[in-house]
Order: sequence, then structure tokens, then C-alpha cells
Amino acid sequence: MTADQHTPWTGYQPVQAWDEAVDVHGKVRDPYRRVYHEIDRMSGDDLYSRAEALASTYLAQGVTFDHAGEERPFPLDIVPRVVGADEWEIISPGVAQRVRTLEAFLADVYGSQHCVNDGIVPRRLIATSQYFYRSAAGIDPANGVRVHVSGIDLVRDQHGIWRVLEDNVRVPSGVSYVLSNRRAMSQMFPDMFGAMGVRPVLEYSQRLRAALTRCAPGDIDDPTIVVLTPGVFNSAYYEHSLLARTMGVELVEGRDLETHNGRVYMRTTAGRRRVDVIYRRVDDDYLDPVAFRPDSALGAPGLVHAARLGNVTIANAIGNGVADDKLIYTYMPDLTRYYLGEDPILPNVDTWRLEEPDAREEVMDRLDELVVKPVDGAGGKGVIIGPKASRSELDAVRAQILEDPRGWIAQPVIQLSTVPTLTEDGLEPRHVDLRPFAINDGDDVWVLPGGLTRVALARGQLIVNSSQGGGSKDTWVLGGERQRGVKTPPPESRVELGGMDAVPQAAHPDDVEHGQQQQQQQQQGEPSC
Amino acid sequence: MLSRIAESLFWIGRYVERADNTARLLDVHLNVLLEDPWVDEPSANASLLSVMNCEFETPVARRDVLATLAFDPERASSIAWTLGAARENARRAREVISTEVWESLNTTRNQLPRWTASARPHEFFVWVRERAAVVWGLHSATTSRDDAWHFMELGRSLERADMIARLLMTRHFEGTSGPNWTTLLRSCSAHEAYLRTVRALVTEERAAEFLLVDRLFPRSIAYNLQKAEDTLGLIEGASNSRALSDRARLALGRARTNLEYRDVRAVLDDLPGQMQEVQRACGTASDLIRDRYFLPASTVLWSQEAL
Repeated sequence: MTADQHTPWTGYQPVQAWDEAVDVHGKVRDPYRRVYHEIDRMSGDDLYSRAEALASTYLAQGVTFDHAGEERPFPLDIVPRVVGADEWEIISPGVAQRVRTLEAFLADVYGSQHCVNDGIVPRRLIATSQYFYRSAAGIDPANGVRVHVSGIDLVRDQHGIWRVLEDNVRVPSGVSYVLSNRRAMSQMFPDMFGAMGVRPVLEYSQRLRAALTRCAPGDIDDPTIVVLTPGVFNSAYYEHSLLARTMGVELVEGRDLETHNGRVYMRTTAGRRRVDVIYRRVDDDYLDPVAFRPDSALGAPGLVHAARLGNVTIANAIGNGVADDKLIYTYMPDLTRYYLGEDPILPNVDTWRLEEPDAREEVMDRLDELVVKPVDGAGGKGVIIGPKASRSELDAVRAQILEDPRGWIAQPVIQLSTVPTLTEDGLEPRHVDLRPFAINDGDDVWVLPGGLTRVALARGQLIVNSSQGGGSKDTWVLGGERQRGVKTPPPESRVELGGMDAVPQAAHPDDVEHGQQQQQQQQQGEPSC
Repeated sequence: MLSRIAESLFWIGRYVERADNTARLLDVHLNVLLEDPWVDEPSANASLLSVMNCEFETPVARRDVLATLAFDPERASSIAWTLGAARENARRAREVISTEVWESLNTTRNQLPRWTASARPHEFFVWVRERAAVVWGLHSATTSRDDAWHFMELGRSLERADMIARLLMTRHFEGTSGPNWTTLLRSCSAHEAYLRTVRALVTEERAAEFLLVDRLFPRSIAYNLQKAEDTLGLIEGASNSRALSDRARLALGRARTNLEYRDVRAVLDDLPGQMQEVQRACGTASDLIRDRYFLPASTVLWSQEAL
């Protein structure tokens, strides 16, 4: 950037958090170098018009979410978020390790509960968790997998260290935006992709399908897989239909399913068809009116019974919520050591459990400088950020904590890392998190290279959830070149192809003749003029 | 194919075809109002609305007709509503229809608000017909000829037979001499095909025959009834339970043969009555198809099973 020229980067100034693109001295960090220069060459207007084009393609494709009853294009920021290959070398095994721990914990909790007997996790913690379902205790998943799909939320603190903020092992959503963000961005910046060696994300659907196939009950070779959606009015409906479409399986609603004699069927125009694997995107509570909420119309009666008989696999398993409880979260480092005998690769965010009197006492005095969260909240609901909260909000939350200490945790305010984001005032740093998605097929945990980067669009805002007005970014994980290099064909095969004669393309004989005649006529006319 | 999806596909077919034909119908109607110097506009408008089975208050102004049948997205009879409903059904069947078809329906819905009543209606009608053509073209180029295709084609041919029957009823409107047969042929995009087939000037019998029973022209009533019958036979599992789907074919076949084996003069003498018969047959067939393919075979009651 030359000093006298005005580019989109003019005036870009990192705030006190870790900025992933530019360090404190204004020097561009390595992974971002190419993105920086690409944008540097554009004018501000060009950047805005590309951003507008992105929004309009999303509207046409129907990549939308419901906001106050209105369909809006899902906000995708024009500046990608780049994760270097060396960072991914930490994140990917770290997430896989986390998933293996969660699997082991769930198998234990719904099995013999060794972790309780060995004193790692207090029994009352599990017994009081509202997502611990005794009715799920007897269900043994076919290939031992309960967390088929997980989303582990990561943040980067002031020192650039990746930390786990939250585990999602019930019905983590957002992967469709990873896929469609990539599709849109690759059309917007085609040349950058090849040059930077961005790792592809498209194989997610095949991976998911393979994992679901492998978890089918019994020895079914070609199981019938369905995606169970709450319906077209669900805010994640786009995702459900995209996954069903790209996996090539049926998307069903609860009313499409029937159970007979402990087997699950879907209603088709040619009669009933047996279902073997249900990738459900309906919460536990609504899954089966017999086992859970009797008023639910979203599930199908008898599903849990069929799963218990081993006639159908429900993915993710019922009762997973006990593991992504925010209190269990605080035990995760211990559990990793306990089950795997490994030290956790990705650290937690320091957390106080408010049910412990000492911790509560310490926190109560410092509420105004901490973040307090309800343990069973999702989507950023109920989170109080101390420094930004008013007196009355703090008093209210204080009373709530004293009333139900089991229901709350406290954490120091983490200045989430920032990434340049296009705002009304040009490029500015905005806080982001990252949700990488992992698929467990029973043998291996595969982490999608990329993930959903959520960005808080308002200045200084730390809550990034899309239900709170957050946007998203395409996440580019570098280091795809080596893999691609293996796949390029050896030179001799190209020579062989070049030696072949091309098959001519036919055309209407009159047209060809006419062309020749014209040529001849022109040539004959030449000498006379 | 899931019953719920099949139902959505069936209705996408019907809605897109309905929008296309409503645009044609309105275009003819406005044309007649312009060309006929002795026209009694309110009663002609009222006849049109009653043919389309809409409620109205007399006297009916041209503005009301356009709102009811073209622009008002709140009324189920309007093109705007129909295209919106087609898109909602496509959203429900999103994983079965191709991305191209989905995007064309979605874009159509998104562009609808640009066309307000103040724009020249004729341009709107051209646009609607174009959008329908885009949808059909993409549908035909990207859909496997399996049940997904059959159910949409079924809805489409039923709707087309029904709408052409309604269009022909405009011949006998109150307060106007009605559109002449050349106009009717043109509005069905049939004029050139007619001239090539019949090789004669437009006469009433020949033109009526062409639109009613021509076996090759894709906008004749008999062609579409025949196609709906054939499609019903192609749907997977049609042979398993014969009764209901066969009753649908029976209704369609009866209406078709009634036209084919009757003297064209006799049909013309009772055109409104005969055309209503066609519409009724389409309605009956549609209900039977719903009972056979879209509704659960029996209501399943769940009772506690012993572990």
C-alpha cells in the first residue's frame, strides 16, 4: 500500500484484540498476504458491488434465514478468513481429540458411569442435567458412534491462542453455509483459490453419507438414509434440504414417518418403505411424542422404541445434550486425560462453576468484569457481558445466579480475535469465532478443513450468533497444494492424449459448402479488382 | 417418492401452468375489450370472473379483474399468488427438484413485486409466459423421467386441459360477441400450427376441432387429457392398487372420448356445458389422485408396545 493512494485498507486499524490479518505494527500476517493485495488493487466501490452481487446470488439461490418472519439473504462478508496450514495442524487434531473424548464420555454416561465412580465428574452433575435421558440409557448405537456430527466452537484470545468455547453434539447447524459460502466466494475470487491452495470443503456431504451408511443397524449393505427436518418453517430448513440433496437421500418430516412393530417406515407413493438411518435435525424433546413431549408433532411416535430394538439408527444419538452442557465443558480437560490419557491440545476458556461456593463468592464481586452464561443456553441467549451490562441487568442476573447456581457459569471477557470486515464505513476489524465441523464414522474423526466463521457485524460486539445479527465469512484453510500435487497426472499421459486425433464436429453440409463457395467466389473476384 | 413431495410436485405443475394460462386468458380478454366497440364491459368482466370461479361484486371494473386474476398476491386466483405458491411448494420439495428449476421459480417470485397494476398488463403477461417457459424448459432439461417428472407432468396436463376449457368458455360471455377463433388460436399459440395442419382459413368448426381434439397439438384438450391418462399409468406402483388410479383415468378418458366421438357441431352448440364437463372431469381426477397417492392409506393409531 502506498501512503498517498486511497485503497480499501486505508484507515484499517486493529483494536486491542488479536487481529488475524494485520499485526500491531500494521504488517500483514503471512496467510493474509495475497488476500490483502487482491483487495488492495480494488477500489472501494468495486468491493461494495461485489458484496452486493454476493447478496443477490444468495437471494436467487434461496440461501436465506428467517428474521422476524421475513426471508433475508444469509449475510456473507466479502473478505475471507484465512487460516494458515500450521494453525490447522493444531486445530484439526485438537477438534478430533475433543470429539473422541465426548464419545467416550457419552458411552460412559449411558453405560457404567466409570467417570462418576472414579470421582472425575460428580454424579449430581449428570443427574441434574436436563439433557440426561434415562430413556436413552439402553440404546447401543450400531457402530458405537453417538456423535456422528459435531461442531466445536473455537475462539482466539488476545495472544492468538485457539481455545474451545463450546461443544455442540446435539444438532450442530451451519455447515450448509460453509458449503454455499465457498461456492459463492469461489465465483467472486476465482484466481485466488488456485494460487493460495485453499483446501476444498465439498466432500463434506459424501463423508457424512459414508458415516451414516456405516452406522446402519445390523448388516444392511445399502441402508435407506433420511434427513428428518422439523419442516419448511424451521430457520435451518435450507441446510436440511441442502444436506439431503447433496447426499442424495430423502428429506422427511415427522408426518412422513410411521413405526410398525418397532420398525420405521416412510410413506411413499408406492407404499411404505423401510428406513434404516435417520439423520435427525429435530431436538430430542420433539423426536418422539411417546418418550418425550407428548404434544410434539415434529417427530414420529415409536422412534425411540425402534432405536432401542436396534432397528434404526438415530444420528446424532438421543441424550447427547448431557455432554455439551456448559458445566460438563469445564470438566473436559480432565476427561481428556482420563479417557484418552492425552493432554488436551486445545485449551478451554477459564471458567468458574457458580455452584461451587468459593467460585461464586469470587465471581459475585466481579460480575461487572466477567461474562456469565446460562449452562443450557444456545444461540447466545441469556449471555450477560459484564462490562457492557447495565446496573439493573447485573442485579437481575445476580439474583438469578443465587436462586439457581447450577444453571450458570462465569468466564473472563475474551477479546475474540478480529478479521477485516466490510462495513458501511469501509473495512474494519470485527470479532469472529470459528465452528469447525467433525464427522465420526466409527474408525476416524474427520474435521472439515474450514468451518463456519461467524462475525459480529456491530462494532465491539462480542456475540456472533446469527440470531443476534451476526454474519458469516468463508473460511479458507491453506495447505491444499501438497495434496493436489499428488493428484496431477504424470506428464506422459498428457502426451498420449495430445497424440490422439480429435473427432471432428459435424455441421449441416449446406452451411459448410456455402462457406467454401463464398471463399471461392471471393478468391475468384480478387484479380479483377 | 415421498407422498408429501409428490403432492408438492403435482401442485408446482398445476400452479405454473395455471399462471401461464391465466396470463393468456387475461390477454385475450383485454384484447376483446379493446376491439369490440359494442362491448358491455362490466358484464364481460363478471363472466370472466365467474368462469374462473372468483367471487365478485357488480359492477366489475377492469381494475378489479386485474387485481383478482393478476396482481393481488392475497387472492388465490391471481397469477401473483399462484407463482408464490409454486415457489413455496418448490421449497418444500427442494431436495427433489433440480437447482436450476428451484432458482427459476425463486427468482420469478422475487421479481413479482416489480410488476404492479400500473405497469402495462400486456408486458406482465408476456413476462409470466416467459417465466413459465423457463421453468418448463429447465424442468425438461434437468429432470430424470421418474416419478418426480411424472407427478409434475400430471399436474401440468390436468391444469392445461382445465384452463383451455375455461378459455373456450369466453366465446359465450355476456355483453360481448366474444373473441373470434383466430384470437383464441393465437392465445393458445396454436394459430400457426393450425394453418399448417388444416391448410385453410379459420372456420369455426375447424378451429374448435383443432383446440378440442387434435391429437398432435400439445395445447388441445384431448391431447392433455390423454397425456394425463398415460402419465398415470407410468407412475411407479400404479399397477399395485388399481382401483383409485384407474378411476382417475376413467374420469379423464370419459371426458376425452366425449369430445372425440361427438360431432363437433354438437359440442359447439353446447360449448359452455361441454367445457364445464371437462373442468369437472379434471377436478374429479385431481381428487382421486390425491386420495390414491398423497393421503395416508389408513390413519395409523399408535398404542403402547410392550418392551
